[in-house]
Parts: sequence; structure tokens; C-alpha cells
Amino acid sequence: MNHLPVLIPITLLFSAFFIPLAGFVKRELAFVIALAGVFLSLLFSAAGLFTVITAGEIRYHLGGWPPPVGIEYALDGLSAFMATVVTSVGTLVLVYSRRSILREVPERFVPMYALLMLLLAGLCGIIVTADLFNLFVFLEIASLSAYALMAVGDERGSLASFRYLMLGSIAGSFYVLGVGFLYFSTGSLNMADVAQLLPAVHHSRAVVAAVILIFTGLGLKMALFPLHLWLPDVYTYAPSAVSGLIAPLMTKVAAYAIVRISLTVFQPHYLHDVLPVTPVIAWLGAAGILYGSIMAIAQSDFRRMLAYSSVSQIGYIGLGIGLANPLGLIGALLHILNHAFMKACLFLVAGSIRFRTGRWEVSSFAGLGRKMPWTMAAFTVSALSMVGIPPAAGFFSKWYLLLGGIDRGNWFFVVTILLSSLLTAVYFFRVLEQVYAGRSEESAFKNVSDPPASMLFPTIILGAGVLVLGLLNSIIVSRVLELVVAPLNEPRG
Amino acid sequence: MMRFAMNYYDLMTAALLVIGLYGMVGKRNLLKKVIGMNIFQTAIFLFFIQGGTKPGATVPVWDPRIASEAAGYINPLPHVLILTAIVVSVATTGVALALLITIYRRYGSLEEATILERMRKSS
Repeated sequence: MNHLPVLIPITLLFSAFFIPLAGFVKRELAFVIALAGVFLSLLFSAAGLFTVITAGEIRYHLGGWPPPVGIEYALDGLSAFMATVVTSVGTLVLVYSRRSILREVPERFVPMYALLMLLLAGLCGIIVTADLFNLFVFLEIASLSAYALMAVGDERGSLASFRYLMLGSIAGSFYVLGVGFLYFSTGSLNMADVAQLLPAVHHSRAVVAAVILIFTGLGLKMALFPLHLWLPDVYTYAPSAVSGLIAPLMTKVAAYAIVRISLTVFQPHYLHDVLPVTPVIAWLGAAGILYGSIMAIAQSDFRRMLAYSSVSQIGYIGLGIGLANPLGLIGALLHILNHAFMKACLFLVAGSIRFRTGRWEVSSFAGLGRKMPWTMAAFTVSALSMVGIPPAAGFFSKWYLLLGGIDRGNWFFVVTILLSSLLTAVYFFRVLEQVYAGRSEESAFKNVSDPPASMLFPTIILGAGVLVLGLLNSIIVSRVLELVVAPLNEPRG
Repeated sequence: MMRFAMNYYDLMTAALLVIGLYGMVGKRNLLKKVIGMNIFQTAIFLFFIQGGTKPGATVPVWDPRIASEAAGYINPLPHVLILTAIVVSVATTGVALALLITIYRRYGSLEEATILERMRKSS
């Protein structure tokens, strides 16, 4: 049996357990183990993706118990793709994190790495598991480590984290309650098995309740408008390295869980025609796109602006999922990948600015373009990609979403996507103008330069990655994503 | 296993869910919010545990009189699931209380309005 599916989260879990022990011996060992763990996990994910493309999906029975009795882990196109995204962004942010954590919270160095590893293990677990209850356990592992990580930073972080904990535990509880309804209706927890048993009980009230509870719970975790209220404070007050990891990954993995459950457990036509869940997600996504963009324009704090921009970008992903046609879903999945790279890059830039100048008010960024040329070059590329200017990656995912909207014949969505690109341009060009054309007070940034190499390289690689992903998008779509969305092409039954 | 009729347990579950949700959303004291969260999660435990019961069945320990007749034992799987969920709930409560301690040390209160006011003054 191929062990790759279980190796991805287990490597991360083990490194999380060894980090506190190693931290007693020598503090720096914690960082080394964390980096080794996440890099190994990246190799396993890449090997998994390669195997899935060449030889088909991998199914792994935990402890040798075949489903539906045992827990099953599965790597198919979708989960191998997501695992690779998460571990590659995770590796880059981890390289960056060392200097940033040493500056911001030096006394918590070792526990920070243990928690970061637990967070990544939880996210990878959500991705590889094919069991509904196991997904809940990993969701809570990821959330619990996120609550702790967010409270470490700023003074106001604790209250923001507490509010997120309240909403997060409601979300988790809704999800597990929904799973309970599904279990008592079908008698199984294995995703593929539930999918087989469901059609017989499609119209029962218990299944309807399950659908509503599960999607509300995951929507909260994904921060889909109007369930995004926890997000801005949390992204703003967390330490830079933490928001650099949570902002690009956490909400995207929840979005992945929604895609996984609507593709694997419920049939797409059930969620669209019988119980209109996907249209609701699409409209909420469209509302989130506009709301997030407008709120982002109103912010003066750079990190808060990025947080609201995340609300808007999550709206794109929701819109793509909600369109429930192949083009829309390709757009959503491509946007998960692109946004993970863009947002990681932007938050790392925000962290670098804080590292060198201690500022995050956009109005105080004047003249930084000359002082931090490489950091700002990476920022420019990501900003242009967020706006959706070709050859940057963001253009292509928006293009697929547009095609999906046209395919659905919904012109409101098409207009929303185009209009939001303009709004995005407004808030990013405002920053770019400050950075490059703003009148600088020479005295303020006397000793400011690009951050040290360990922080600069991940930022530049992510920035370059945005361009590379843009150029390679046709390969990603034809090799991976078209296989993933194949079930949507089947005639509606 | 199709059962969404109103019985005693479902009513209790629904009542506890509503009370817990009210505590988390409606109460202004952070500690009361944590208590609400615990009530909310307990409702879910009750829902799962009662789902495993069958009329006339006994505990799922091997009994020679029932032998391998599955209908004679209650379903142990929901209980095992809820054991995991209880661990999750304990961990969540622990993290929540730890956060409350840091909040209390900084702002000297657990009343949301007072904290927000002191936060505004300090910034």
C-alpha cells in the first residue's frame, strides 16, 4: 500500500511533538526541526501529486482497517493539489518566520514553532482525510493552534482571538452536528460511502438539516460574507509570521472542505437543483467581493486593508464554487492557489515593513520604494496580480471565473468581477503611489533597507511564483484541475 | 435509522443548543460566553449519545445470551465519536480560559464594554 497520504500530516505532527523537546536542548533546534518537517511534507505532497497524475488516486486505510469501518485517507487530484499548495507556501513562510519571530516575540520562540507545525498538520489532515468525523478533528486541531498563535502578538490580539474562538467553536459545533445528522441518516462516516447511501434519503428533513449545518459551519471557517466578522481583527493583531501563514492558508482550506464535501459527499446537482445551496454561496460570494473591496478602500492600516481584501478574494472563491460549473470551479481552485501565493507575499511584505520601520499606516509608507527596492518589487507584482493584470496569476483565475459566469448566463456576476477589479486597483494603486511617488521624509527612513536575506528570499520567491503560476496556468488547469472538475460535466440525473 | 421526530431527547438538545447560543451571543461577560459555549457543546454530546440507543438493547460488552445479535447492543460508535468531541471541547475551554486570563491581566475586567473602553483609552 502506498503510504503517501498519511505521511503528509504525520510528518508535521511528529515534528510538532519533537520541537518542545528539542527546544529544551537548544532553542535554534526548534526552527531546524520545523523547517525539516514541513520540507519533508512538501516532498511527500509533490510525490503524491506526481503519482496521482501518472497513476491515479491513492487510497490509504489507516491501521489496515478498510472503510467504512476504518478511517480512510485519500490523495486524488484535488487533495494532492491542495496539499502541495499548503506545504509549499508553508515552507516559504517558515523560512521567513525565524527573524520575524525573534524580533516580535523572542520569548515564545519554541512554542510558536510547535503551534505552527500543529496548525499545518491540521490543515494537511483536513486535506487528505476521506472521513467526515476525522475532518472535524483536524479542523479543531488547526483552529485551536490558530487561536493560540493569534493571541501571542499585539495587545489587542487576545480579545480578537477570543472572539474568533467563540465563532470558531460555533462553526465546529455546527459542522459536527451536521455530520451527526448525516451519520444517523446513513450509518456511515466515510465520504464515498455516505455519497452512495445518500440518494435513498435525499429528501428527508435530517439530510436537509445536515446540509445547512455543515455549510454554515464551514462558511464561518472560510469567512464567507457575512460570516467574516472575525477575520479583520485577527489578521491585524497576529504576529507577522502568523498572519503570513494563516491569511493565505486557513480560509482556503475551509473552502477546500466545502468543495470536497459538495463534490464527494453530496452530488452537485442535489446542491444546485434540489436544495439551492450553491446559488446561495455564489450570491454571498458576490456580495463579499464588493463589500470586501469597498471596506479595503476605507482602511488606513496596511494589514487591515489586506484583511478586507482577503474577504473580497474569498468572495471570488465562493462565487466560483457556487457557480457549480466546470469553468467556475476551475476558476475557484486556481484562485485558491493564486491567492495563497499573492496573500502570503503581501503579508510577508507587510511583516518586512514592520520589521524595518515598525509602521503599518499606508500614509507613512512614502518613499519606501527607493529604500526597500526588492521587497517593493515583490509587492508590486502581487498587487498587480490581485488587480488581475496579465501575465500575473490573478488574471487567469478571474478569467476562468468570468467564463464560468458567462456560461451560467448570470451577467450580474460578470459585472461584479469586473467592477471589483477596478475597486482592487483603487486600494492597491493608492499604496503603490505612496511607496513610489510619495514625498519621503529622508530622516525617517535613514537606516531602512531590504530585510535580511532569510526574510527577503521567501518574499521574492513568492512574488516570482505569482508570475510563474500565471505563465504555467494552462499546464496546471489541463493536468490537474480538469480532472478534478470532471464530475460536474456528467449529465444531470 | 430515519428519525427526526420530536421526542424528549431532541427537545432537550434543541433547548440546550438555544440556551448555549444565547449565552455565547447575548451575554456581555466573557466568562459567561465560555459557559454558554460549554452548554452548546454539551447539547451536541447529548444528541450523539442518545442517537446510539435502541429500545431494549444493552451496553456493547460481549454477552453470551445475546451473542452476535447486533440489535441486542446499543451502537457504541457515537459514544466513541463523542469521546473525541469531549476532548476537543475541553481543549477549547482551556484555550478560552487562558485567553481570558491574559485579557483580565491587561484590562482588569471581563466585561466586554469595560474592556473596549479601556482599549480605546490606551491607544
